[in-house]
Amino acid sequence: MDYDVIIIGGGVTGTASAWYLARYDLRVLLLEKGSDFCEGTSKANSGIVHAGYDPLPHTLKAQLNVRGNALIRELHDMLGLDFVQNGAMVVAFNEKEVKELEHLRAQGIYNGVTGQEILTRDEVLRREPNLSHDIAAALYLPTSGIICPFSLNYAFAENAMTNGMRPVFGAEATAIERIGGGYRVESSKGTFTARAVINAAGVYADRVNDMVAERHFTITARRGEYMLLDKTERGFISSTIFQMPTEAGKGVLVTSTAHGNILIGPDSKDIEDKENTSTDAEGLDYVMRLARKSAPGVNTRKVITSFAGLRAHPDGNDFIIEMPVPGFVNAAGIESPGLTASPAIGEMVGTMVAEYLGARRKERYIEERKAIVKASQLPLDERKRLIAKDPLYGRIVCRCEEISEGEIVEAIRRGATTLDGVKRRVRAGMGRCQAGFCTPRVMEILSRELGIPMEEIRKNDEGSEVLV
Amino acid sequence: MKRELTCISCPLGCQISVEMEDGNIISVTGNTCPRGERYARQEVLDPRRTVTSTVETEDSIHRRLPVKTVPEIPKDSIFPVMNEIRKQCVTPPVSIGDVIVHDIAGTGSDLVATGNLTE
Amino acid sequence: MRELVIIGGGAAGLSAAVSAYDSGIRDILIVERAPELGGILNQCIHNGFGLHTFNEELTGPEYAGRFITEVLERKIEYRLNAMVIDVQPHLVTYVSSEGIVTEETKAIILAMGCRERPRGALNTPGYRPAGIFSAGTAQRLMNIEGYKVGSRVVILGSGDIGLIMARRLTLEGAKVLAVAEIMPYSGGLKRNIVQCLDDYSIPLYLSHTVTEIRGKRRVEGVTIAKVDERRRPIPGTEMDFDCDTLLLSVGLLPENELSLKAGAALSPVTGGPVVDDTLSTDIDGVFAAGNVLHVHDLVDYVSEEAAIAGRNAASYILSGSHSEDKVKVIPGNGVRYTVPQYIKRNAGSVTIRFRVSDVFSNATIAVREGENVLKRIKKRVLAPGEMEKVALPGPQYNEEIGIEVEV
Repeated sequence: MDYDVIIIGGGVTGTASAWYLARYDLRVLLLEKGSDFCEGTSKANSGIVHAGYDPLPHTLKAQLNVRGNALIRELHDMLGLDFVQNGAMVVAFNEKEVKELEHLRAQGIYNGVTGQEILTRDEVLRREPNLSHDIAAALYLPTSGIICPFSLNYAFAENAMTNGMRPVFGAEATAIERIGGGYRVESSKGTFTARAVINAAGVYADRVNDMVAERHFTITARRGEYMLLDKTERGFISSTIFQMPTEAGKGVLVTSTAHGNILIGPDSKDIEDKENTSTDAEGLDYVMRLARKSAPGVNTRKVITSFAGLRAHPDGNDFIIEMPVPGFVNAAGIESPGLTASPAIGEMVGTMVAEYLGARRKERYIEERKAIVKASQLPLDERKRLIAKDPLYGRIVCRCEEISEGEIVEAIRRGATTLDGVKRRVRAGMGRCQAGFCTPRVMEILSRELGIPMEEIRKNDEGSEVLV
Repeated sequence: MKRELTCISCPLGCQISVEMEDGNIISVTGNTCPRGERYARQEVLDPRRTVTSTVETEDSIHRRLPVKTVPEIPKDSIFPVMNEIRKQCVTPPVSIGDVIVHDIAGTGSDLVATGNLTE
Repeated sequence: MRELVIIGGGAAGLSAAVSAYDSGIRDILIVERAPELGGILNQCIHNGFGLHTFNEELTGPEYAGRFITEVLERKIEYRLNAMVIDVQPHLVTYVSSEGIVTEETKAIILAMGCRERPRGALNTPGYRPAGIFSAGTAQRLMNIEGYKVGSRVVILGSGDIGLIMARRLTLEGAKVLAVAEIMPYSGGLKRNIVQCLDDYSIPLYLSHTVTEIRGKRRVEGVTIAKVDERRRPIPGTEMDFDCDTLLLSVGLLPENELSLKAGAALSPVTGGPVVDDTLSTDIDGVFAAGNVLHVHDLVDYVSEEAAIAGRNAASYILSGSHSEDKVKVIPGNGVRYTVPQYIKRNAGSVTIRFRVSDVFSNATIAVREGENVLKRIKKRVLAPGEMEKVALPGPQYNEEIGIEVEV
């Protein structure tokens, strides 16, 4: 056997599993079909660390949401996550909804959510003066937070790699065969064998499951569209504002992001093409309309980008975390609150696999992962010292987010090979000009650091070359 | 023969008709000022343009040097001139106004540097 | 303490520096984030600059070169690769590879220019593949770096940069399939429509916009459709283009994040600071000029305006602030905005620049002080794409100044 464990998928679920497995004495390989981590459902979502009031009791969603929330609050410093515990409110607009708040609160208590509180209209408006005056009451969730989804995904990946995990990119799993003592996985980057396989293939987890397991399930790509507002709107809302949940999910939210933008969305639309992340006019209109219901003054003229993400929606409505065949573990149907739950999913999947393999704990295991320094956020004297040590931290490349060449070089050193890879690691190009000014500079730095010609610089996957 | 033109002399953008016979102008109509007539006559009899582009350099910092044609070249020489521009490669130093190519593509115009390259 | 710090070494910053120097200020520092002076002019290699300033037609780098020479001749100090990260009254902080420096200064001129409106601001539906460029980004990649950004191109927006890039791409061998403009008129100069589009038979679709972008990795095609009076796409009017590139030339936005940090009040219409006739913002000792103040059509006007800011900053440095007593300038019917928004009562002669909100032909611009008509100027044509100006003789202004278009 080449490896002990092969993980299929480099999103937040796959890398969280790798992160948890890193504490065991196991050889771990991760196959990712994209060009980088965080290329699928993990890259575009609300970035909310949910409290856990919403999932039905006794579901994996409920259990792992609350556990995941606690883990993120506990681990964010150690893993260098861009996380803020900003609190959330579920707002009710009429008497019927106010009654439902009580129900949600009871559900939250049952799920183990702490600190919940029903706020009166006046209290809601005192805390968030820009919310609608039609709001009757709100359920306040102090443990709710916001996180940069990229930072969580890269933190898991980097920590796992520090502890020996090996990733292969551009490696789409095409067939899995049971062989004596394990599995053989065919991929577009070669064949690998391992004693156990973890299926964390996001919207494609059904196909990967079907390669091995008897019992089939279906993952539907459920698209959600978002709009991101300029940081000039910072402070318009400081917590996360949900409306009443519906069949389709937690509805359109208005939230501050971990970096101080305002985010509104998502809508919800089942789509056939599992890679259809296009936006449409209808969806964006819907998002704006619903966001204005919560916060009428939300300034959509300050939108700097709109985007769509996919939810990997399972037919049974709950996460599918199981070992249907010895040594083959599904971590499938990880839709909301999947980002929140990810460390708990990693813990559950990792434990399952480690027990199956009878793995021993490593003697030397590095727990900590340091985030890439954010030069512009440092106190002035620290920033000066950093520049004195490495002058590249004084060369600003992305003017909107004030990102230096030093940070970009560090992102490349940690594995970024594309414009998106740089953007997601250090935010160069995430600001109000949406990479208009910095694209040529970032391309030059990528070209220089990777030793490849400018014509080969890509936005993300193969075929996305910037120049022709 | 009739030529329809949009006057570029001012924001008004008059639609000017020029009646031609045997290469001579019979009438100019549609213009609302004398500038329009002058523009139309020039544009019909001898249209000229300035071509601006860049040429390759042997400089390590500036990969391209901006250039232009002086004086304006006949409009139908634009693409022959571009073909010549594409063949050029300059070595520093170059100063604004330096002639890069004399009589480019037989137009009688020069290709001139519009930027500086220091050694 | 320094006398004057100018933020930005582009068209506005250079001209402001020269004029402040010529008004008696010697201790001037220009802070420029790029590796060279000249700003965006360096990538504007086309001609058409300088007709008003130098009475000849120059390219962007030549125009910048003239001002750079003047700055160098005066030995005005400048820092390159240095980005200002904070502005407070009388304090400018900038970062470079040499470290972080805070300059204490008597006066500051904001000359940061503008940026392009990105695709996200349009909410154009579809995918987000490679091959979507703002026109200026493509211009830089082509003109400064010499790379090819696309082979088959559709351009959204008929502002001058979009038009200029249509020609530029064509000259470099690309096929420009269409230019779509959501408004019923182009925001670009007539001359550019003729010499950049008509010369190369590139179709301009007015009242059209992009309704879909196809291609997951690289652009594979776009759909454009006609829009109604409320700029909504009309079903059934769609046209598909197979292309690998979409260029956006959909407007410029003054870049005022530093102005906000300084606490300056901004105009919601121009996106730039609110200023008086001396181009002073409402923060003591902070002036603004050029595209950071409002987006200009011609660089000549940027230079002219910045020279005024330079002169006034000099006079502020040498003799301090004068009268705080001001009258308001009110944009009336058909006028979108004016710069300045205030005039000091004792200002003397003043030039007011403004833009109209629609296309008007055979209209009159009327300027009033209170009820009293100061001026009536007949105009054969007025267009939102062109900046207008009126000169007022002064010497005193006692009531609000109103400017409107009479049809």
